Amino acid sequence: MTHGHYDCLIVGAGHAGAQAAISLRQSGFEGSVCLLGDEPVAPYERPALSKEYLAGKKEFARLLLRPAEFWPEHDVTLSPGRRVTAVEAEAHTVTCADATTIGYGALVWCAGGTPRTLHCPGHGLDGIHAIRDKADCDRLIAALPHSRRIVVIGGGYVGLEAAAVLSGLGKQVVVIEALDRVLARVAAEPLSRFYEAEHRAHGVELRLGTSVAEIVGRDGAVSGVRLAEGTVVAAEQVIVGIGIEPVVEPLLAAGAQAAPGGAGVLVDDLCRTTLADVYAAGDCAVARSGPGIRIESRHNATEQADTAAKAISGRPEPLRLVPLFWSNQYDLRLQTVGLSHGHDRTVLRGDPGSRSFSLVYLKDGAVAALDCVNTARDYLQGRRLVEAGTRVDPALLADARTPLKDMAESA
Amino acid sequence: MHITVRTRDGDAHPVEARTGLSLMQNIRNAGVDELEAICGGSLSCATCHVYVDSLPPGAELSPMSQDEEELLDACDDLTENSRLSCQLVFGPALDGMRVTIAPEY
Repeated sequence: MTHGHYDCLIVGAGHAGAQAAISLRQSGFEGSVCLLGDEPVAPYERPALSKEYLAGKKEFARLLLRPAEFWPEHDVTLSPGRRVTAVEAEAHTVTCADATTIGYGALVWCAGGTPRTLHCPGHGLDGIHAIRDKADCDRLIAALPHSRRIVVIGGGYVGLEAAAVLSGLGKQVVVIEALDRVLARVAAEPLSRFYEAEHRAHGVELRLGTSVAEIVGRDGAVSGVRLAEGTVVAAEQVIVGIGIEPVVEPLLAAGAQAAPGGAGVLVDDLCRTTLADVYAAGDCAVARSGPGIRIESRHNATEQADTAAKAISGRPEPLRLVPLFWSNQYDLRLQTVGLSHGHDRTVLRGDPGSRSFSLVYLKDGAVAALDCVNTARDYLQGRRLVEAGTRVDPALLADARTPLKDMAESA
Repeated sequence: MHITVRTRDGDAHPVEARTGLSLMQNIRNAGVDELEAICGGSLSCATCHVYVDSLPPGAELSPMSQDEEELLDACDDLTENSRLSCQLVFGPALDGMRVTIAPEY
């Protein structure tokens, strides 16, 4: 039985889902729109969870992407607290966990990802947290007043941002990373070593190149983390920041083509999946034209959703994405433009000791990406070099006194 | 309460504004999508750059933080009226202010 039909059904109410609805209306789409999400709240700023929200510096109302009235005013039906479990591509319907069925004209799949969880002994104890949505963050915040020692598993951005906030709140924080440096999957070594030194200077202990053997507990709650080499690190709370699994099962089961290695669902440059009238955007979507990885960022989610919405509205504009990322830790503002993936050379611009520098990534001589620490100028000007794929002499790039905007093709 | 927003095509749009939200949020809520605001107001992108053309009599803007200054300083189209609209919290004193969206970076 069908419980409603929408000309456009958006599944997932994170950044991508919200933007899809906003862009549909901005593009003049006049059909009915439903924004269905599994959280009980309206769409909000997710990057703030591991930063200002965890720190208690921004209350939730200020994180809402749009005020509550915005959605009805723009004739977007919010359907919170619901999860889609199956897609019937032929029939153009989806089935929800509550057994209702919803019909669609176009479907935009923005279901994002679920945090990867631990599978070691003790993984089910109380006091193990993810930081993916508001509820995760609220549980962690509620546990903080009676917690002194916190272990963060995973030295990626989410884990390091949480470590920075928690050490700022006076907690004893230990970060455990399986690889031999933090940020190993997203940045080159100089950036990793810089952030390691900063965290240590702020009293955060880093245990690199070691894995977790067991979460140790007492009376059903976490009391520590046993490392592979046998040491137990005492902790009242454990935060797991080891990445996400894309939520694409219902789409793949319906026949949509998957990205290699289970990275997500494949989309073309209009964000179309291989199923008729089914689009995908955000953390679960992998661009066919890209390097075959998920681009997990607010910016990508917004751009992909906008692309899908314009295509659905009959105004297709193929996406040419230059990814942007940012991470705030302590008083350090990291801004990244481009993808360092597959780079063959790095150039350091400026002195990390000054806490203001950039790391430039080159691929076949062209500027592919920049990590800019407290150097907004390099970030804004470097964006153009990345967009144009400019080939610049590495010696010139290394000269921090020469602005990037003055660097033309020179290599 | 309202603000007047001049978009890049030169058109002026009256925009209803709510107290407590940033100028950026107010402009975005009104559907002016050429204000990119990629980072959502966390002082990380400089894509919500506006020129403050005029203020109501007696009104003053909050001073710039060092972070805002640095980001603006990196923008090509900086003028003495430049601000990042995510850093200006709208209130009754600013009712009637006029801003222009800066050129795309």
